[in-house]
Amino acid sequence: MDSKRRDFLKIAGLTAIAGIAAPSAFNSLLKGEAVASEHGEAAAAGAHGAAAPTGKRWGMVIDVKKFAENPGLAEKCVSTCHAIHNVPDFGNKKDEIKWIWVDSFKHVFPDDSSHYKQPEALDSLPILTLCNHCDNPPCVRACPTQATFKTKDGVIAMDYHRCIGCRFCMAACPYGARSFNWRDPRGKNANGQPFIKAENPKFPTRMRGVVEKCNFCVERLAIGQIPACVEVAAQTKALVFGDLNDPASEVSQVLKTTFTIQRKPSAGTHPSLFYII
Amino acid sequence: MIEKALKGSTGYWVWMLFLLSIMGVGGLCYVQQFNYGLGITGMSRDVTWGVYISQFTFLVGVAAGGLMLVLPYYIHNYKAFGRIVILGEFMAIAAIAMCLMFIIADLGQPMRAMNVLLHPTPHSMLFWDMIVLNGYLVLNILCGWVVLQSEYKGIKYPKWIKPFIYLSIPWAISIHTVTAFLYCGLPGRHFWLTAILAPRFLASAFAAGPALLMVIAMILKRTTKFDVGREAQDKLVTIIGYAAMLNFFFLGCEFFVAYYSQFPGHMHTLDYLFWGLGHGDQVYNNLVPFMRASVVMGLAGIALIFVSRAKQSDGLLVVSCLLIFFAFWIDKGLGLVLGGFVPNMMDQVTEYYPSAQELGITAAIWATGFFILSILYKVAISVKLEKEA
Repeated sequence: MDSKRRDFLKIAGLTAIAGIAAPSAFNSLLKGEAVASEHGEAAAAGAHGAAAPTGKRWGMVIDVKKFAENPGLAEKCVSTCHAIHNVPDFGNKKDEIKWIWVDSFKHVFPDDSSHYKQPEALDSLPILTLCNHCDNPPCVRACPTQATFKTKDGVIAMDYHRCIGCRFCMAACPYGARSFNWRDPRGKNANGQPFIKAENPKFPTRMRGVVEKCNFCVERLAIGQIPACVEVAAQTKALVFGDLNDPASEVSQVLKTTFTIQRKPSAGTHPSLFYII
Repeated sequence: MIEKALKGSTGYWVWMLFLLSIMGVGGLCYVQQFNYGLGITGMSRDVTWGVYISQFTFLVGVAAGGLMLVLPYYIHNYKAFGRIVILGEFMAIAAIAMCLMFIIADLGQPMRAMNVLLHPTPHSMLFWDMIVLNGYLVLNILCGWVVLQSEYKGIKYPKWIKPFIYLSIPWAISIHTVTAFLYCGLPGRHFWLTAILAPRFLASAFAAGPALLMVIAMILKRTTKFDVGREAQDKLVTIIGYAAMLNFFFLGCEFFVAYYSQFPGHMHTLDYLFWGLGHGDQVYNNLVPFMRASVVMGLAGIALIFVSRAKQSDGLLVVSCLLIFFAFWIDKGLGLVLGGFVPNMMDQVTEYYPSAQELGITAAIWATGFFILSILYKVAISVKLEKEA
C-alpha cells in the first residue's frame, strides 16, 4: 500500500470516528435528560422530551377561567406562597422579588396575537405566573455552578448557598421567572419595617446577591404535601397539580380532555405548566 | 526588567498618579457596593446586566485584537510588526485583566467566584469563558514576557515558546467566540439569538483593538522616541479599515433579517436601539442617540482612516482610529448587552441608567487596566529603546 493511500485511509477512519462521536459529545454539552430532537411518542403533554427514567415529572394546569370566577383567589395564592417562603417586599419595582404573581394575557403570552378581537376580555383575566419548571431548562444549562438544577422529579430547584450571583440564569430564562436579591432581604427599610413582614422559621431566608424563584414547593413535596398555591386553590380546582408521567393522574386526565396552552412553546423549553384560558 | 517601570519622567508619574486617584475613588464605590449589594447600581429585575458586563464584552474584543499583530508577525513572518507586536500582546494582558475585574464587580457573591472551579459545569458557557479568558491571560503574559526578556538579553527567543505563540492565535479567536456564545445560546432573547454574533464580535474586535493600539502608538511617538514605523502603521490601517467594514456588513445582515422577515422579536430590539420602541403610549429611546452616533462615527472613521494613509497624516489617523474605537465601544459596550433586555420576557420595557457608584467602579476598572498597560508598555519601550540605542 503506498503511503498516500494509507494516509487517506487513516484520515477517512478518523473522520468517521469523529462523525460518530461528535453528536454524542455535543449532546453531553447540553443537559443530560433532555434529548434534543425527540419527536415521536413523547409528544404527549406538550411535546416534552423523553420521560425521566425516575418516573415522576411534576406539572400543573392553571385554569384561568376559575380564577376569573373567584376574584381574589389568585392574589391569595401569591400572598400565601410569598409568606411561607419568606419572599421580601422592597416596595419598589427595581428591587422586586417575586416567585408567583398575577399578570395579564398580553404579558404572559406576548407572542400570541391570535385573539385580536378580544384583547380587553383577555387582558382582564387574572393569569397566575410562576416558574415553568421546564423539562429542557435554559437556566440550568446556563448556570456555571449547578446552583440551579433539575431534581429527578422534574422540579427546577436552587441552592442559594452555591449561587455566585452572576445572573446568567436570569438572562437565559424566557419567562422572566427569576428574581435577584439586589439588596439584603433580611434588612429593614428607612422606617424600620423589615422587608420580610413575618418570617417563617421553617423556610430559610436568603442573603443578598443570590437569585431565587418558585421551587414548586420542593420542601412540601418532600413530606408528601402539595404546593401551597395548589392547596389554597384546592376547593375550586383552579390549580391541578400532579405527575405528568402518570397517565392516571388528575393532571394527565385534564390535559387529555381539555385544550390547554403553554408559554412560548417555540422556545423548545417544554414547560411543565399548562393554561386553560 | 520590571524595574524599568520604576524610573520615568514627571509626565509618567503624573499619569500614574492620575490613574491611581481614579482607582481610589472607584475603590470606595466598590466598598459601598460590597456592603449594600448590587442594588446600588442601575440594574433591575428586567435589566439584569449593565455596564459591567457590557464593558467586559467589549474588552474581550480589545484583547482578541492583539491577534491582528501576532498572526502576521509570527505566522507570515511580517517583519514590519516587529516593534508593535509586543504592544498587542501587552494590551491583551491589560484588557483581560479588566474583563476579569468587570466580572467580579458584577457578581452578587464575589467571595464565591471560585465555585465555578469547585463545581465545573461544562454545559455552562460561563465555565468555558472562564477557561479561555484565564488561558489567554497566561499565554500572553508568557509569550510577551519571554520574547521581551530575550530581546533584553540580546538573544533570540527560545524555541520552546513558539508552540505557545501558535496556540495563542486560535485561542484569541476562542475568547471572543465563547463570549458571543454566552449570549447567542439563550432561546428567549431574539436580539442575541443569531449565529452571526461571534463573527460580528470578531470583526469589531479586529477593528477596535488595533485602533486603540494605533492611538497609543501615536501618543508614544509623540512622548517617547518609540516609533512603530510607517510600514506597520500603513498595514494596520488596512486591517482596521477592512475589519470595521466587515462589522458593518454583519450589522447590515442583522437589519435585513429583522426587517425583511418582519419577525417581531427580531425587530423589537433594533427598533429600540435605532428608532425608539413605541410601547403603549410611550416611546422608549434612551440609547438611540448613542447607536446612531455609533454608525455615523464608524462609517466616518472607515472613510477617514484610508484618507489618513493617502495623505500620510498622523493627526487624521488618530482621529479616525478614535472614531472607530468609540463607535464599536458604543455598539458593543452599550447597545449589545443593554439592548438584549428590551423588551423584557413579558413584553414590557424597563430602561436602564447606570448609577454614580456604578460609573465610578467602571472608571476605576478602566483606570486599573491603563495602569497595568502603562507599566507593561514602560518596560517594553525602555527595553526596545535601550537595545536600539
